[in-house]
Amino acid sequence: MSATTVMLISGTRKGIGRSLAETYAGRGWQVIGCSRKPSDFDHPNYRHFCLDVNDEPAVQAMLTEIRKTHGRLDALINNAGIAALNHALLTPVETARRVFETNVIGTFLLCREAARLMQKRKFGRIVNFSSVAVPLDLEGEAVYAASKAAVETLTRILARELAPLGVTVNAIGPTAVRTDLVRAVPQEKLEALLARQAIPRFGEAADILNVIDFFLRPESGLITGQVIYLGGV
Amino acid sequence: MEKEEVLALVLEAVEEWNQQADEEQRLEVSPETRLLGRNSKLDSLGLVNLIVLVEEKLADRYDVHLTLADERAMSQERSPFRSVQSLAEYAHLLLTEKK
Repeated sequence: MSATTVMLISGTRKGIGRSLAETYAGRGWQVIGCSRKPSDFDHPNYRHFCLDVNDEPAVQAMLTEIRKTHGRLDALINNAGIAALNHALLTPVETARRVFETNVIGTFLLCREAARLMQKRKFGRIVNFSSVAVPLDLEGEAVYAASKAAVETLTRILARELAPLGVTVNAIGPTAVRTDLVRAVPQEKLEALLARQAIPRFGEAADILNVIDFFLRPESGLITGQVIYLGGV
Repeated sequence: MEKEEVLALVLEAVEEWNQQADEEQRLEVSPETRLLGRNSKLDSLGLVNLIVLVEEKLADRYDVHLTLADERAMSQERSPFRSVQSLAEYAHLLLTEKK
């Protein structure tokens, strides 16, 4: 078994996922990343898998590879997600399905396969990604927010099911961060969102990293089933 | 693959389970060992763990990911998880269908 702590992060090609991969690889974690397309992040502590997080055989093959190579998995960051910003009356059902497949099924699959490996050492930290769109009931984000509400429920129930295995499951609910995910959102919508926060500014990668660091800490062993929102939502 | 080969894998999984289990949940390494019901030493989480170990061993040996607790298994009148022997038979059946 590898002596280095091993972390799996989904959606590492760009945005927050990329930033997290760079940070944790730089800190000495062995980081496994995945995304649909190849990554140009090159680091001795980083390995990339090209897959869709809702592709069961591909996810299983990746986790088998991690088990055989490292024999352990300490943390899973379920960052991969897609957004659909549109009035419900204009949202194609195919879009709704795609959002649920990635955000809900993808998160579930990675949690399931990761926990199987984590439980061998009776230790694991899972961090899922929700959104402030859930508590704020953001108009134009019905499907996206519903998928993230599902992620929150998954988080709370998995926290209970995985607790006897030594695995904690928490979620972070970031506010808008300037990445591709919110690129298509009109400026006035973003400003209206910020106005509903106690602290009306965009999130930064460092804000998200801080919450994840908290969940990962060895001292956070009694923290599970929680969702922490940014911005004072 | 032969039935005996799959049974041997399930028995290996039982041995591996015994290494990580608390004493009261350790199982006899035998085809007759009960996995479900009053005569089983396993609690529900113990059974989940054992099934995960068996699935892992099958994946490593045959390069195929099986879901042993599928809908068919859950709807059978006699659960395929009642004993080591029946679990091995069910795994063999699923493997044969998948190959």
